[in-house]
Amino acid sequence: MPADVNDLKLVESILKKYSRKEDTVAALQELQQTFGYLERGHLELLAKQLSLPLVHITGVATFYTQFKFTPKGTYHISICRGTACHVKNSETLLKHVERKLNIKAGEITTDKKISLECVNCIGACAKAPAMMINEKVYGNLDEKKIDMIIHSLE
Amino acid sequence: MASPEHPQKVKITLNDEIVWCDPNAYIIDIARNNNIYIPHFCYHERLERTANCRLCVVEIEIGGKKRIMTSCNLKPQEGMIVNTHTPKVLEARRVNIELLLANHDLNCPTCAKNLHCKLQRYSGELIVKETPFTGKRRNVPVDESSPSIRRDNNKCILCGRCIKMCGDVQTVNAIQQQFRGFETLVSCAFNEGLGESSCVNCGQCVIACPTGALTERSDIPHVIDALNDPHKIVIAQTAPSIRATLGECFGMNPGTNVTGKMVAALKKLGFEKVFDTDLAADITIVEEASEFIKRLNANENLPMITTCCPAWIKFGEQFFYDELSHMSTCRSPQAIMASLIKTYYAEKADLDPQRIVLVDIMPCTAKKFEILRPEFAGEADYVLTTVELGKLIKEMNIDFEHLEPARFDNPLGESTGAGAIFGHTGGVMEAALRTVADWLENKNFKHIDYQAIRGMETLKEATVHIDGMEINLAVVHTLGEARKLMEQIRSGTCKYHFIEIMACYGGCIGGGGQPAPTERFDEVLKKRVQALITEDLHKEIRKSHKNPAVNKLYDEYLGDIGGERAHKLLHTSYQRREFK
Repeated sequence: MPADVNDLKLVESILKKYSRKEDTVAALQELQQTFGYLERGHLELLAKQLSLPLVHITGVATFYTQFKFTPKGTYHISICRGTACHVKNSETLLKHVERKLNIKAGEITTDKKISLECVNCIGACAKAPAMMINEKVYGNLDEKKIDMIIHSLE
Repeated sequence: MASPEHPQKVKITLNDEIVWCDPNAYIIDIARNNNIYIPHFCYHERLERTANCRLCVVEIEIGGKKRIMTSCNLKPQEGMIVNTHTPKVLEARRVNIELLLANHDLNCPTCAKNLHCKLQRYSGELIVKETPFTGKRRNVPVDESSPSIRRDNNKCILCGRCIKMCGDVQTVNAIQQQFRGFETLVSCAFNEGLGESSCVNCGQCVIACPTGALTERSDIPHVIDALNDPHKIVIAQTAPSIRATLGECFGMNPGTNVTGKMVAALKKLGFEKVFDTDLAADITIVEEASEFIKRLNANENLPMITTCCPAWIKFGEQFFYDELSHMSTCRSPQAIMASLIKTYYAEKADLDPQRIVLVDIMPCTAKKFEILRPEFAGEADYVLTTVELGKLIKEMNIDFEHLEPARFDNPLGESTGAGAIFGHTGGVMEAALRTVADWLENKNFKHIDYQAIRGMETLKEATVHIDGMEINLAVVHTLGEARKLMEQIRSGTCKYHFIEIMACYGGCIGGGGQPAPTERFDEVLKKRVQALITEDLHKEIRKSHKNPAVNKLYDEYLGDIGGERAHKLLHTSYQRREFK
């Protein structure tokens, strides 16, 4: 489970490890790992900590697809959109999941249970098309299989 | 090899001509000095050369090898053959333009930069007829959150000049590239509006933008409405630098002084009175000089810093809120004139101030922000930049070139040479020194040209000896330079007594609302400065405190210099400003 974003002591204990401009990505990674996403207030504190303009921090954070700006759900689905999965029709699967959950990639369901995103390659090309839910990989997907997996997320 | 006639120079062949050049110069500048213009977007004389737009490519031959290279960051080497306009080069540039046009909204006739856009210009010059590339086009909302600057990212070509201007030169850092690839945008943190950011409204990004992505927020429609409202009395005031730049909007040479034509054009547009901000500049000086002498005698809150520049004020309030006691409490000339028109003038002319619409003609996008400060509420109504006034005159089809010169109206139209030089860097300081020296020594000094604080260096220092005192002065322009000085003040290592700060390079003549020089930036700015220096030299009265109209104003209405009424109408205050 991600930590509570309002735990400012925890934020502080993370930020104090970083002091240089070159630390930006590492700091962003640790913040995301701890809280599940990048919280605006945390980035403002990071800018102060590194003596950088906030717009530089957001510039770096928005450049890398690994960084998220919305909280993740209890179940976080990452649909692989790498080349192998693309060839095996991952786009259709993505649209199917979006319809089913009634959210777009990058969004979260209103009950905060499931969030959805696209990722570039999860390294499971042999099982294409593939996706991950939290840390677990699911491969050789089709619409029926996806429906069953999602239903099992209770 | 360097020849005896050309020591320390290298020989290159530029378009079949032998050229001896400085080995540390760049090909794009060498070509320009040989009357060959190389098209460019990201290159700017005063910014870091990042060579990211790739439009300035030329064909280079060295050691028998031919290559296409960018000329903005390329230094000459002995024996280098440079061809700037070969078919191969032209084709490379054409493809570059075609690619940019593929993701451009192409609303040229309705664009604020129509006829002043580099993308449009180069498309024409390179005879690009259509783009063979089709695909997605950027479609993002236009940012109108700032009172000063309008940002339409659908017209942005990502050259990065605005970012370098805002970050490297001004150290404001309101904008950066955000997102990646096709989604890349020049934007503020969290893609929010400029109006909520640390932007100080200086408009140097507008001057730097080669397309219509960044323009001033136009108030022309409001002004036209006011001019056509029979219940309103519309009055204009024109800032010191407008007369030195407005002519450029009509194709005149930089540095042409058009004071008389400018006043005539404003009268033709329907302004009932045209007053001269130069007179308010004279008032700023007598108030500021008296404030400085008080601080000097009490040795309090030194150095004192001038506060005519609204971009600098916002910068100070955001980044140096702990040092605001150094700022002069004097209002800017704009704000002084605005307060006088709605009080003194309304009373004198027996007008209801509610009926007066005051339009400020300013070189500056930040003035649009300044008039919205709550301290100045209800005083000035609209600000038009030089560029906007040029557009308004064209919209009304007034033949500017052939106008008979007209004169400013009284009682707020008489000014001195000291007021005139407010428009360029060092001018406020020079004007103040003329008055400070006379007052402290109780004399009428003849030698009043302070050469040491003239010129385009971004930091100018001088020491003057007045009344047995050694007074250290600093004049800075660009906010990056201001930041360095403010850090000295913060750390207690500042040796100056009196500091002038202007946000824009060159002072107001280089303001964000001025016509943007398309090339030879420095040269154009220097000519504008010269126009004001010449005006000063030809004025009968060259010291603010000798302005009879100013003295009459104090006698009739304001009372003592630095007195109670003067304080209420001519001074202001500053506060810490939070920013994102």
